[in-house]
Amino acid sequence: MNGSVIFGGFFAGSAAVVLALWLALDLPLRLLPLGNRYQLWFASLAFSLALLAYTLELSRRNLVRLVGVVVLLAVLIGTLAASSETAFDRSNIFELLSRQGALGVITIGAALIILTGGIDLSIGSVVGLSAVAFGTLMESGVSPVASLGLVLALGVAVGLTNGLLVTQLRLQAFLVTLCGMFVFRGFAREINKKQTGLVLAKENHPEMAESIDGLRALLVGKTENGALEFPAMLVVMLLFASIVAVILHKSAHGRYWFAIGYNDRAARYAGIGVERQRIAVFVIGSTLAAFAGVLLLLNTGTADPTNAGGSLELYAITAAVLGGVSLKGGECTAIGLVLGALVQPVINNLMTFLEIRQSAEPWVIGLILLLGTIADELIRRDAFGSIRRYFLRRA
Amino acid sequence: MPGEPLLVARNIRKQFPGVLALDGVNATVRPGEVLALVGENGAGKSTLMKILAGIYQPDGGEIEFLGRPVRFNGPLAAMRAGISLIHQELNLAENLSVQDNLFLGRETTFAGPLKLLNNRDAGRIGAGLLQRVGLPVSFLSKPVGDLPPGQKQLVEIARALGLDAKLLIMDEPTSSLTQTETDRLYEVIADLKAGGVSVVYISHRLAEIRRCADRAIVLRDGRNAGELAKAELTHANIVRMMIGRDLKQFFPRHHRKPAGGTVLEIEGLTFRGGPKYPASLRLRAGEVLGMAGLVGAGRTELSEAVFGLRAITSGRILLGGQPICIRKPADAIRAGILLAPEDRRMNGLVLEDGIGANLSLPNLDRISRFDMVDANAERTLHADTIARLAIKTPNAAQAVGLLSGGNQQKVVFGKWLARGPKVLILDEPTRGVDVGAKTEIYALIDELAGRGVAVWMITSDMEELLGMSDRAVVMHDGRIVGELERNELTEEAVMNLATGVGA
Repeated sequence: MNGSVIFGGFFAGSAAVVLALWLALDLPLRLLPLGNRYQLWFASLAFSLALLAYTLELSRRNLVRLVGVVVLLAVLIGTLAASSETAFDRSNIFELLSRQGALGVITIGAALIILTGGIDLSIGSVVGLSAVAFGTLMESGVSPVASLGLVLALGVAVGLTNGLLVTQLRLQAFLVTLCGMFVFRGFAREINKKQTGLVLAKENHPEMAESIDGLRALLVGKTENGALEFPAMLVVMLLFASIVAVILHKSAHGRYWFAIGYNDRAARYAGIGVERQRIAVFVIGSTLAAFAGVLLLLNTGTADPTNAGGSLELYAITAAVLGGVSLKGGECTAIGLVLGALVQPVINNLMTFLEIRQSAEPWVIGLILLLGTIADELIRRDAFGSIRRYFLRRA
Repeated sequence: MPGEPLLVARNIRKQFPGVLALDGVNATVRPGEVLALVGENGAGKSTLMKILAGIYQPDGGEIEFLGRPVRFNGPLAAMRAGISLIHQELNLAENLSVQDNLFLGRETTFAGPLKLLNNRDAGRIGAGLLQRVGLPVSFLSKPVGDLPPGQKQLVEIARALGLDAKLLIMDEPTSSLTQTETDRLYEVIADLKAGGVSVVYISHRLAEIRRCADRAIVLRDGRNAGELAKAELTHANIVRMMIGRDLKQFFPRHHRKPAGGTVLEIEGLTFRGGPKYPASLRLRAGEVLGMAGLVGAGRTELSEAVFGLRAITSGRILLGGQPICIRKPADAIRAGILLAPEDRRMNGLVLEDGIGANLSLPNLDRISRFDMVDANAERTLHADTIARLAIKTPNAAQAVGLLSGGNQQKVVFGKWLARGPKVLILDEPTRGVDVGAKTEIYALIDELAGRGVAVWMITSDMEELLGMSDRAVVMHDGRIVGELERNELTEEAVMNLATGVGA
């Protein structure tokens, strides 16, 4: 009962997004004058922000979890503003928000799995596989929307496999998804030996060019020649985030996930179908990763089977942790994920403006993330000091 | 008695948060004797033993060992002095060989700081140790994990002997041994005695105590209840001393009516991981059925099987005369069979979460519509439950981990009250609960029974069992060994059944 409702809820939401996209693609593009995409974007933006605001629970505990990321972002954005006059130009802001959207989609998936006490290391490979599969399908003449559907189905299958292995065979999530990381990367390289891309798909099937460009414009906000017109990926991410926010903070299933993450035995004794919930969360995570693969191909225009989406799972997990998710499980806020996904893009951007050489990028990102995590952890520990002292006294 | 005592403990006190575990206990151990330590669950046996072995430090009192006052700051210090504790759960490295285990942490080495293992010496000394406990020398190279429990125990004793132990403390040494292994252990104990080693022996099995102990110290509520010499070690004497006290608590029976028809019937139930004996049990509407038995008798396991936590392999469960299929807790909950688990911190509560979130957790299906939680219904549920159970808290958001034991237990109860239980299984409902909250919980149990709920109360607290039960069943070794109506319910009757004498 629980599992089916949650599947239903999530997929109804996802289906609504896809349906909206389709409607936006096939009908309004023809019927309405240009500029309708903006209407859809702004409507979605308003809708998702309203939902996020509605579900916002500014309890003490949640605030504590958000303080770290807010301070970190404030410092980083302040530095960014000081570093260059062009930092707050529209084009740069759009670029930032667009990257936040791309990272946010997988951050949400990673966070939900961590929330229920699991981990998913296969995200990056699933993103890569989906991007390659999406490109390959279109190159062979499958329509973009149908390809999108097939890729999402692939994500469901991956999540189901991970979830069943973890719950039914009681394997460790770390191990199962570590193997998945290799397996799905391998699959990506098997299904296409070469780099796939939108250009080739359009060359092979000129009749699909219009719908490919339409989908690209709608989902990532880029024009035919690749110029960023609007950070549509942020809108897509906020839509997902707002659906997840409702599930997490307003629905019975969110409660189950929090309880499972904190204490799955107590959840079991309370009559919750722990295993079904875990499977559902794995499916959601992998489906979001598959969607992120589609976004990746549409955004960059090409996907290389050997490295597309590589190590994205680590960025996603880091963003989730910065956004207030505890790797021990049981802690997560939707708004935190949205904020957490902005950190890495801002750092990246900052480095470009400060003209720090490319080779320094990884360790600078790593160090700042580490500092953020430490600060976050220290703030949290102090706030939970009373609980900690209580347990120490007991022990 | 000839000679100086080996160990004298005087006026030992130990305070745990909320519990005075030991309140001025005295004990003397003479050289070469087997001293039994007896008492009910929670009487303070384990605490005393852990203090003697240096695991706990006493809050008051003094210990003299070999005529000198000692104060151990850890188990290692006690071991060096010659006191070794053989744990109930054995502390051996299963992956290492018997020889490696015998010398773990004090390996015989040569070549100075290089610490190369001197296997020849170790083999020679180890062989001698194994001979003392009657194990073949060839066992030295066997991995400990391959040995049956009885032989592991002997390896552990050999290890203690290798440390030149003068006092061995054994906590329920026979709980996982077969009869042959137990007999073998007695022979080893007799040999040790002859060699001048003293043994403090803790067991729930009174027959064993009679067989191997020279003397027994009985503890009750953290105090000395008396001492029995070998000739006085009769079952009746031990039991009387263990439980001899007045029923001083108040057990209300204001609401209870004569029990109604059978609500729950368990017929020949066996379950995975359970005993091979099928269990049968009946619960009537409006009665409190007490279930007694020693720790490990299988009471919790049986209740967990009925609640859907353990896979049922045969037999059936009838609710109101209709057979029902319980495969998971959700099935039991839907049928109205609810369980307040023994380990509430581990299984009953999400400690980091608020009172409200915990109360809502099993009731979300009732307070949500289309999967969305109805905030008003939830607030009402929280306020009603907190008021009804008088949970002491500033608000419903308070983390459950910060509440007292009694208030935590009330939250566990509160989770189920809203569901209107038909059968309420309470596993140790007042463990770790202070006296005030106990009375409130008893009043609540009485009230629920008065409204026709069948209460199945598993308890190791004798007063509680005698005071609250309308009827009691006793389990011993995985079997329901007896049933006592209220008029037959006496401490002696229960203890006889629970220790396997009256069966």
